[in-house]
Amino acid sequence: MSSSKNKSIAGASGSSRRERTIDIVNRRLAKRYRIEKRFRFYGLCSIIVSMVFLAVLLTSIVSNGYSAFFQTYVRLDITLDSAMLDRENPGKSNFQAIIKQSINKLYPEVEDRKSKRELYALFSSGAAFQLRDLVMRHPDLIGTTVSLWVPADDDVDMLMKGYIKRSVAENERRLSDRQLGWIDRLADQDRIEKRFNVTFFTAGDSREPELAGIWGAVKGSFFTLLVTLVLSFPIGLAAAVYLEEFAPKNLATDFIEVNINNLAAVPSIVFGLLGLAVFLNFFGMPRSTPLVGGLVLMLMTLPTIIIASRAALKAVPPSIREAALGVGSSKMQMVSSHVLPLALPGMLTGTIIGMAQALGETAPLLMIGMVAFIVDIPGGFTDPAAVMPVQIYLWADSPERAFLERTSAAILVLLAFLVLMNAAAVIMRKRFEKRW
Amino acid sequence: MQEVLKKKSLEKRVLAPRESRKTIGNINVQNPRMVCRNVDVYYDDKQAIRKVSIDIGRNEVLAMIGPSGCGKSTFLRCLNRMNDTIDGCRVTGKILFDGKDIYDSSVDVVPLRAQIGMVFQKPNPFPKSIYENVSWAPKIHGLAESKAEADEIVESSLHKAGLWDEVKDRLDQPGTGLSGGQQQRLCIARAIAVSPEVILMDEPCSALDPIATAKIEDLIDELREQYTIVIVTHSMQQASRVSQRTAFFHLGDLIEVGSTDTIFTKPSHQLTEDYITGRYG
Amino acid sequence: MMSPIVLLLTLLVLSVAGYYIGRRKALYVADAAGGLSKLHSRPNYYGALTALWCCMPAFFLFVFWLVFEQSIITSLVVADLSPDLRNLPPERLNLFISDVRSLASGNIVSGEITAEMRAAASHYVDLQGIGKMIVGVIVLVAAVAGMLFVYRHITPGLRARNQVERAVMALLIFCSTIAIFTTVGIVLSVLYEAVRFFRHVPVTDFLFGLEWSPQMAIREGQVGSSGAFGAIPVFAGTLLISAIAMMVAVPIGLMSAIFLSEYAGKQFRAVAKPMLEILAGIPTVVYGFFAALVVAPVIRSGGSQLGIDVSSESALAAGLVMGIMIIPFVSSLSDDVINAVPQSLRDGAYSVGATRSETIKHVLIPAALPGIVGGILLAVSRAIGETMIVVMAAGLSANLTANPLQAVTTVTVQIVTLLVGDQEFDSPKTLAAFALGLVLFVATLFLNIIALTVVRKYRERYE
Repeated sequence: MSSSKNKSIAGASGSSRRERTIDIVNRRLAKRYRIEKRFRFYGLCSIIVSMVFLAVLLTSIVSNGYSAFFQTYVRLDITLDSAMLDRENPGKSNFQAIIKQSINKLYPEVEDRKSKRELYALFSSGAAFQLRDLVMRHPDLIGTTVSLWVPADDDVDMLMKGYIKRSVAENERRLSDRQLGWIDRLADQDRIEKRFNVTFFTAGDSREPELAGIWGAVKGSFFTLLVTLVLSFPIGLAAAVYLEEFAPKNLATDFIEVNINNLAAVPSIVFGLLGLAVFLNFFGMPRSTPLVGGLVLMLMTLPTIIIASRAALKAVPPSIREAALGVGSSKMQMVSSHVLPLALPGMLTGTIIGMAQALGETAPLLMIGMVAFIVDIPGGFTDPAAVMPVQIYLWADSPERAFLERTSAAILVLLAFLVLMNAAAVIMRKRFEKRW
Repeated sequence: MQEVLKKKSLEKRVLAPRESRKTIGNINVQNPRMVCRNVDVYYDDKQAIRKVSIDIGRNEVLAMIGPSGCGKSTFLRCLNRMNDTIDGCRVTGKILFDGKDIYDSSVDVVPLRAQIGMVFQKPNPFPKSIYENVSWAPKIHGLAESKAEADEIVESSLHKAGLWDEVKDRLDQPGTGLSGGQQQRLCIARAIAVSPEVILMDEPCSALDPIATAKIEDLIDELREQYTIVIVTHSMQQASRVSQRTAFFHLGDLIEVGSTDTIFTKPSHQLTEDYITGRYG
Repeated sequence: MMSPIVLLLTLLVLSVAGYYIGRRKALYVADAAGGLSKLHSRPNYYGALTALWCCMPAFFLFVFWLVFEQSIITSLVVADLSPDLRNLPPERLNLFISDVRSLASGNIVSGEITAEMRAAASHYVDLQGIGKMIVGVIVLVAAVAGMLFVYRHITPGLRARNQVERAVMALLIFCSTIAIFTTVGIVLSVLYEAVRFFRHVPVTDFLFGLEWSPQMAIREGQVGSSGAFGAIPVFAGTLLISAIAMMVAVPIGLMSAIFLSEYAGKQFRAVAKPMLEILAGIPTVVYGFFAALVVAPVIRSGGSQLGIDVSSESALAAGLVMGIMIIPFVSSLSDDVINAVPQSLRDGAYSVGATRSETIKHVLIPAALPGIVGGILLAVSRAIGETMIVVMAAGLSANLTANPLQAVTTVTVQIVTLLVGDQEFDSPKTLAAFALGLVLFVATLFLNIIALTVVRKYRERYE
């Protein structure tokens, strides 16, 4: 009791007691700083955990994915025998047979059917399509011999990229020893090489990894986002303007606000259920189309856009509103000609961020049938289409090793788009950042 | 952080680059508690205080007056290194506390602030009970190891702050539930609880009504017997009521120092005279 | 025949024309009346009014047609079917009609194509063509009529500005109520299908049943047999994975926010904040792929080295990755609330000689606690609604277990697996997805509302 009294009124007492207070404080300092340091260290660790995770995620995707930008091609000398090609109607010819013929010429010793099948399996079925396109474009080639680089089968591609190991026992390998020999022969003759994978950027989906591309999904995403953008930007802007500038403060507008805030936090898959029940089953809109996908994503991104737009409107200082009203404009004129132009960059930034979210969204689109296997590249809003994230999901489900690298490559393409959009948002924010 | 930035932009009045003006009056006192020499304060590259030199005596109340933005609060915050919490703030010159430079790299702000407490413009009790508001600092410093010690400190601090009788029955209620004047006295009790030697007060009454202000002023007068007090105030009446010495700041310069009587009856500098006669400010 | 896009573009062109015509007329009548000042509103408003009358009624007619096109045409087609077909039981008839529709739009048909089907489909296509034509004509006529109507009424006394502003205001109000319509749409659609499900399976069996194996129910003659739709294992799995996610996300997210706002220097913040934003911007499908490709195998092999049997679809892998995904979310919400704590409280703590960590632990966190709790609730709501990570990395079979090394399934996984692929409408299997959706929606709604209220109250306190 008495000692504590001394401490507590130390300031009042003589200098010897005063020393004691500071001594007590100093005695504990080391321990307190240890705690301090540990706490700070935990904080730093938390950030580092996130950083490390991000680094691991990106490196694993890049290291898995970059090889998909290259593809193994094989050079075949193809004799365009006029006997096998109909000059009048070359499209009808049996190009598969011509390809097989040229393969046979490379390996004259392979004769029995089983071996031949094994041999043909090294070449992609895309070779025939490629040849067909070539002949359709240049019918005058008929009768000549052309040297053509055709895609190899994905197993060959995986071997060339080192994903199929020669050291593995034959029965656990997807390529037999005999096939390896044939491939080595191609390599000896400089007939096999890795080239930039154009197909990946120009083709739609395919069951054959070497023929599968992301372009169909890119276009699908484009059409879907276009629908989303065209609907959600004006609607979001109008809603924000009403709520921020005109809405009376009453129960109805409160209810709207609660709804918007809640919708922003509702799981995206629930919007998919809504789309399935309302757009597909009730209104009978076509499944798997960018139109429906865009509508669902519109409902999903609308809250984001409204909230961002309201923030942008709030940032316009009241003095500008008062000035506009002061010169006798109506409230509507004040908003449209003074407030909106100032808030527009902020609204656009919010919209871009909303669009980036929509671009990466998968779950609601699964609900409205956008998981179908679609080979054709969509040409409009009502063609069945896949979008990029769904394409990633589909490929991630495929067992072939070659689809693994294509999944990662598709992720890289998707991330590139997202980076572009976010960079646009950042630049726009920087450019129009105003200080009033 | 935003709060800090706001504060910064407020205090970042641009001063034209120029030489400091010479201080009129005697800056020295006998046996000083704190000694400040040639103190400059910069926010980033803008200078807020120029070559301020002044002594702070024992058991005296030093009042710092001057128009808004003159740097008096900035200077006050230098005295217990509260400016450390503001990004981009830089202090040069010497500030000695009991003979030791508080800006020396070997000095630790934690025990320093335990010795030089502070009371702010707006009452800022912690979102805790009245009891915990007062006992928290002694506890973290190890001044109150047991419940009994803590009880003792709480009671004596609240007594000294003149709040004990008003709150002794509701010590477990939140400190934020008190009236403004009570909150400010709670903050003073909080500062006293760690037995500081100096108490810095940054316009402690500006958010209070006249009755609460009068109580705080009485309290300051009582506290002077045990502590050194430096008070920044906007009100010249308050300065003349509570202080023994007064320092007048203007645009970052310390213009004039002297006993409160002298400053208010026959100021030497024209600016001081203009200010105390209410010509501006 | 006119495609919808062309029709809309024509409408747009007509409206622009209407604008100029209306404006011209206004200027003309103003001249006749003795100057612009005689007009009630600026000429632009007369133009805008004309354009509005031109496009609005026509546009609504068009939307009306789009919405009801299918049902109108279908009922016409059904009316022309042979009596045998018309008297089929409803399910068979529906099947037939959907086949006709896909045939008409050139898609693959599930059953064999009969001559009748072909006839019906061509009838369908014909009707579609005729319908489009009629609608195109009606829409254009309506547009021109609207335009002429206003054009003839333009006089100096016409209160064009007020009318235009009223129309715009109505539009604004309509747009802001879309959020309500969306909520109502969600509730109605999910509730409607869920109620149909509960006709097959009692609510109590669904909510408290311990066995979940919906695949059994599609077998012939076993419509929603008891026991197959007990959702407890699904809920438990969801909670298990969410709990793991929160155990990762809350401490790391909170400590990150604290470190960034209280400790980190400017430069560190300039690097770390965008990095967290990148983490937040990565699509969930990427996280899912990463969880399945990298994290799950690592955990599995790590487990086998320790001699523990870990499922390749362990709850731990999915939960861990989901937690990482939520870190930026928790961190940015906590950052907001910690920054909302007034600087004066920090000053108060520092002025009595507290260290930073003491200030944070004893002053800032207690002060920000309501906001932090609100943020965590929002994060929980996100975790239980997260779909892609669990679809790709968690299991399908519903195990009732608390062991994070085993595979569990979640509500969202079940919704996806039940609804993706061939759907049979009216089968309890499909409807169960909506019942799960209802539970999911109600649970997140509950969490969101509590969280939003708490955060709002908290903000008001410090504003």
